[in-house]
Amino acid sequence: MTQMKEVIGETETTKQMTLIQAINDAMRILLKEDERTIILGEDIGKNGGVFRATEGLQEAFGDDRVVDTPLSEAGIIGTSIGLAVNGFRPVAEIQFLGFIYPAYEQIMTHVSRIRMRSMSRFTVPMVIRAPYGAGIRAPEIHSDSTEILFTHMPGIKVVCPSNPYDAKGLLIAAMEDPDPVLVLEPMKNYRSKRAEVPVGKYSVEIGKGKIVREGSDVTLIAWGAMITIAEKAAEQAAEKGISCEIIDLRTLYPIDRDIISQSIQKTTRAVIIHEAHSTGGLGNDIVSIINDTSFLYLRAPIERITGFDVPVPFFTLEEHYLPTPARVVEGIEKVVHF
Amino acid sequence: MTDNYPVKRVIDDKGNLIDERFKEHISERLVKELYYHMARIRAFDRKAINLQRQGRLGTYAPFEGQEAAQVGSALALQADDWVFPTYRDHGATITFGKSMTRTFLYWNGRVEGCVAPANRNIFPPAVPIATQLPHAAGAAWAEKRRGSKNAAIAYFGDGATSEGDFHEGLNFASVFKVPVVFFNQNNGYAISVPIEKQMNSETIAQKSVAYGMPGIRIDGNDCFAVYFETKKAFDYAKGGNGPTLIEAVTWRRGAHTTADDPSKYRSDELGKKIVDPLTRIELFMKTYGYWDEEWIRATSEKLTNEIDRAVEEMETFPPPKVEDVFNHVYAEMPAQLAEQKDAYFAHLGRQ
Repeated sequence: MTQMKEVIGETETTKQMTLIQAINDAMRILLKEDERTIILGEDIGKNGGVFRATEGLQEAFGDDRVVDTPLSEAGIIGTSIGLAVNGFRPVAEIQFLGFIYPAYEQIMTHVSRIRMRSMSRFTVPMVIRAPYGAGIRAPEIHSDSTEILFTHMPGIKVVCPSNPYDAKGLLIAAMEDPDPVLVLEPMKNYRSKRAEVPVGKYSVEIGKGKIVREGSDVTLIAWGAMITIAEKAAEQAAEKGISCEIIDLRTLYPIDRDIISQSIQKTTRAVIIHEAHSTGGLGNDIVSIINDTSFLYLRAPIERITGFDVPVPFFTLEEHYLPTPARVVEGIEKVVHF
Repeated sequence: MTDNYPVKRVIDDKGNLIDERFKEHISERLVKELYYHMARIRAFDRKAINLQRQGRLGTYAPFEGQEAAQVGSALALQADDWVFPTYRDHGATITFGKSMTRTFLYWNGRVEGCVAPANRNIFPPAVPIATQLPHAAGAAWAEKRRGSKNAAIAYFGDGATSEGDFHEGLNFASVFKVPVVFFNQNNGYAISVPIEKQMNSETIAQKSVAYGMPGIRIDGNDCFAVYFETKKAFDYAKGGNGPTLIEAVTWRRGAHTTADDPSKYRSDELGKKIVDPLTRIELFMKTYGYWDEEWIRATSEKLTNEIDRAVEEMETFPPPKVEDVFNHVYAEMPAQLAEQKDAYFAHLGRQ
C-alpha cells in the first residue's frame, strides 16, 4: 500500500522489468514528455550504453538528444552544467562510478554550488547516473562504492535504488528535481531480478526510505546491492528465531531520519550494512542519526558490517571484501545477545 | 592537416618496400624478431579469448590488429626504459618482458597479474583513460634529473586524447623537456565512438603542435615503420631533445572487450580493407627471401607450447590469499585496518 501512495499518474498497467529496463523506461518517458531532456555520455547512443541503459533511445529520439560524447568525464559533467543553467535537463551517464573522478572537480566545485554562489540566479537541474559496486567479476577499478564522496558534498542529492520499481521512480524524481541528483545504480542488481513496474509515469520521493521487511528484534539498514544481503541475513536470522526489520534507505542524501528513528525505537537494535569502506562510510552518519534521535531506546551498541578500508580487490577476492549474509548474521546475533 | 602529417610507411599493403633505402636497415634478425613477437602475441590474444569463452578467464580486452604497433614500439625500447601501458597493451608489455602467465592472471582477477618482473619497469595497466601520460612524463623527468640515458613510453588510445590528462601529460613533458615518447594507437574506435566523433581534428599527430613537440603519423600496421619511428623518437628523447607524439594508425579487429558486441556500432565491412599486420610482414618475408618454412613451423610449435605452459601455470597458480585483501595497502598496516583484518579472519574461523 505504501507503494501506491507514492505513485503519481498511471498505475493500472504494469510490466515485468529488470532494473536496467526500468532506468531505460524512465528516460524514455521524460525524453518523450519534456523536450528539454538531453541524455549524454560515452557509448550511450548507437551502442545503447555498455549496460544497455539507453538502448534504443538514440534511435527513437535522435542523436541531438541522446548524444555520444568524446571520452571525457569532466567534459560530460562540465558541459551538462552549461546545458542545465541554460534551459536543458541533462542526464549524464558516467560509465562506471570508478571513472567519475576526473569529473569530481566539476561536481564538487560547480554542480553542487552554483545555486548558492548565484543566490539561485543559476541552477543546475541535472542528473548524473553511475553504475557502482562490486560482485560481478568486473575488471579492477570498475567496482567502487564511493557514495560518501558525494553525500559529503553539500548541494547535490544522492539516491541509490535497489529494485526496478524504485529505480524508475527515483530516476524520474531526479530528472524532475530542481537540484542536481546523483543516481547510483547497483550493477549487481541490473538484471538480477524482474519486478512489476508501472508502465506510466510515477515518481518515488527523494529523501524517503522504505521498510522492505517488517520485524521486531533488530533493524537492518542498507541500500542498493546490500538489500539482497540484508534479506538473506534476515532469512537466516529468522531460522534462529530473530525477527529483522529492513530499511531500504533509497536516498543517501538527504537521509530519511524519521524512518530510521521510528524503526530503531521499535526494535531497539541496529545493524548497518554497506559495501563502501568502513572509515568515513555513510554508516557512521546513520550511527549519528540514531545517537541523536534514539540513544535511550538502544539495547545494544550499533553494529556496522561494511567493506574494509582497502581498495576493492580484484575479482577473485571481491567476495572477501563485500559484506556477506554470514557476517551480517553475526552482527545481528551480537546486537541481539548483547 | 593530413598533408602536414602524412602516414609514414616502410612497406605497403602487399609487403613491398616503399623506399628501397630501408633495405640496408632491415636485418634478418630484425625481421624474424618482429615476426616472432607478432605471432607470439597474436597466439596469446586468441588463446585468451578462447579461455574467456570457456569460462576460464574473466572479461578480456583483445588487441588483434594492433600487433605491429605494439611489437614495433616495444622492440624499440631498451631494457631500462619505462613502460606505462593501458589495459589493451599487453602485447607490448609481453614483448618487452612481462610474463604471459602473469598477464593471464591479470585477466583472471588476480592482482599478481599487475606485477612486472624485477628487471622491467612496467607499470600496472592504466584502467581509467589517459591517467598514465603524466606518470610517464614524471618517470622520464626522474631519469633526466638522474642524468641517465633512460626514457619512458606511454601507450594510449584515440579516446584518451579527449581527456584532460592527455593534454596535461604532454604539456608537462614538453615544458620540462623530458625523455618520453607518447605512443598513440589510433585504432579508430573508443568502444563504440568512431574517431571522427571523438575529435574534430583530422589527425592526432597534429596535437603535438600545441605542445611544441614533434608529431609523427605512421601506419601502425606496418611493423617496420613503427619500429624505426619509435626508435627515432627514443633517440631524440635520449639525446636531450624532449618528447615526441607518435600516432600509429591501426585497427581494432575485434571487440572492445569480451563483454562488448561491436556489431551494435560498426559493420564488418569497415575493417575488411585494412590488411592484417601479420599478413603484411608475411608478404614482405616471402618477397624479400626471409620466409623459411622450417623456421615458421618451428616458431609456431614453440609458441603453442609456450602458451599452453603459461595457461597451465595460470591455472595451477597458488590460489589467492585472503590476507592480500588487506596487504600492500600501506607500508605498515594502520591499527584500525589490522583490527578489521583480525576481525575478518576470526569470522572466517567461525564459519
